[in-house]
Amino acid sequence: MISEALKKSLTERVAGAITPREAAVDVMKELQAHYGWLTDEAVAEAASLLGLSPLQVEELATFYEMIYRRPVGKKVIHVCDSISCWCADCDGIIEHLKKRLGVELGGTTADGMYTLLPCACMGRCGDSPAMSVGGTPYGHLTPHLVDEILEKERRA
Amino acid sequence: MDLPLFRHNRRDRSVAFKEYRSEGGFEALKRAITGMTPAEVQQTVIDSGLRGRGGAGFPTGKKWSFVPRDLPGPRWIICNCDEMEPGTYKDRVLLEHNPYSLIEGMTLACYALGVRHGFIFIRKGYEQAAENLARAIDEAKKEGFLGERILGSEHSIDIDLHLSAGRYICGEETALINALEGKRPNPRQKPPFPAVKGLWAGPTVVNNVETLANIPGILARGAAWFKGLAMNPEGAGSKLFCVSGSVKDRACVELPIGIPLGDIIDGPCGGMRLGKRFKACIPGGASTQFLTAEHLKVPMDYDPVAKVGSRLGSGGIIVFDQDHCLVEATLNLITFFARESCGWCTPCREGLPYVREILTRIETGYGKEDDIAILREHIKYLNYSFCALAPGAMAPLDGLLRHFEDEVREHIVKKKCPLKK
Ligand code: SF4
Ligand code: FES
Repeated sequence: MISEALKKSLTERVAGAITPREAAVDVMKELQAHYGWLTDEAVAEAASLLGLSPLQVEELATFYEMIYRRPVGKKVIHVCDSISCWCADCDGIIEHLKKRLGVELGGTTADGMYTLLPCACMGRCGDSPAMSVGGTPYGHLTPHLVDEILEKERRA
Repeated sequence: MDLPLFRHNRRDRSVAFKEYRSEGGFEALKRAITGMTPAEVQQTVIDSGLRGRGGAGFPTGKKWSFVPRDLPGPRWIICNCDEMEPGTYKDRVLLEHNPYSLIEGMTLACYALGVRHGFIFIRKGYEQAAENLARAIDEAKKEGFLGERILGSEHSIDIDLHLSAGRYICGEETALINALEGKRPNPRQKPPFPAVKGLWAGPTVVNNVETLANIPGILARGAAWFKGLAMNPEGAGSKLFCVSGSVKDRACVELPIGIPLGDIIDGPCGGMRLGKRFKACIPGGASTQFLTAEHLKVPMDYDPVAKVGSRLGSGGIIVFDQDHCLVEATLNLITFFARESCGWCTPCREGLPYVREILTRIETGYGKEDDIAILREHIKYLNYSFCALAPGAMAPLDGLLRHFEDEVREHIVKKKCPLKK
């Protein structure tokens, strides 16, 4: 269930759009921020706010990299595995992340803190290898720096 | 050289509105709105020879001219800041340093085309750029350069931001239009082209960030000046090159268009990394063909790069050295495209995973001699796809087979990657 306040702000966002479904991505993102991931309940709520069927919301939700249709940890780690990061040994960084977190790609740590996902080029190729943690971008990664970031983000 | 795009850059921060203004920012817009007709603005852009900086390199003024003048109803301009082409990060750097030239350029474009409402479509992950843009829009409005009755004239222009949730195909202009409308971002059938029937069925122009950010300079200093920036006689303007891979200093730099490839690597990038030799590069983002050491003198402009079988693309140069296995590099690129395929049409949805599988086999020592021919066939088949993603994905593979067939064959003969111990 979403709060009345959130419902009101989303209704306003939809009403302010040129057509209601133009606001679809914003609505999904807000609901995701509320639930932690885009739950079935959130899909139904988004559908009713946007005047779409749940299936129409579903086909959007499953399309986008940053919308999660399965439970994720408190912070999602997107680690870039595209070409410039490959040149900068992102494979080594990914192996290090897997070992440190004790998960495979797609997995969530036992404490529910992190989910590890590979991602497409982040537009930080000049600072490769790169990743983002809970939306904060990091570049010039080394295994040592990765450890520091994980510690810092865990406490933040 | 004169730097139309980076001249307002401060070292580690975004230029302030006041600074942009005091360095001549928004003067071009002022002059256009108060003293030029929309047709004159458009003609200046045509005369400048500006070509789209998003990758395809289509002449900007010509693209604008496809918008019918007399269709009733609203028309739109969309700035494409989806930038997810691997190796490309110029639009982010530009916006993090200076959001104003995009706002000014886009407002000028709206004026030239009689557009009341523009959208900037930004990828997920570019939150800093989005923040800068939101602030710049507010300031431009407050100062009368945007919004209702610009500078007291009868022209009103609005710009809105749309933050995407991340998917490479959203950079394709018809997919982007679907995304903005809140539909599933598969590409649309062309024709009708967006210039005639695009966003909400209205005439729509989609331009890249760097393209639009060039407009204020062109209007302020003239088409001839812009042409003169280029290093080659048929070129026009400067270009943002963003270099990554095996160079000493990976950088996003503004240079004259037509500068030789090798001069970018040896100049602002400080040459190759210690102990590394140049083996190949991809000159314009992931969907362009490899160039080799014999191409280091090629002028970096649309036509000269096309002449040697590749594309200037986005200007994202990825440099490989002697220790990089280009089969594995190509496999990485194909894996990206296979994952980002929108799944709409069969050649791309089925073809890319198959190509990925063959390359994986070759890389891991299970390749067969026939595989090279099968790969060649796929370069042909994937041209029969619905949009440019699949042919784009085949470009590096085509380059691999053209310039490095020996390296591919060595994998097959030795039954392992020759570059791995
Ligand atoms: S080529 Fe690929 S991305 Fe383009 S429409 Fe077909 S499946 Fe979608
Ligand atoms: S390739 Fe990793 S950020 Fe661009």
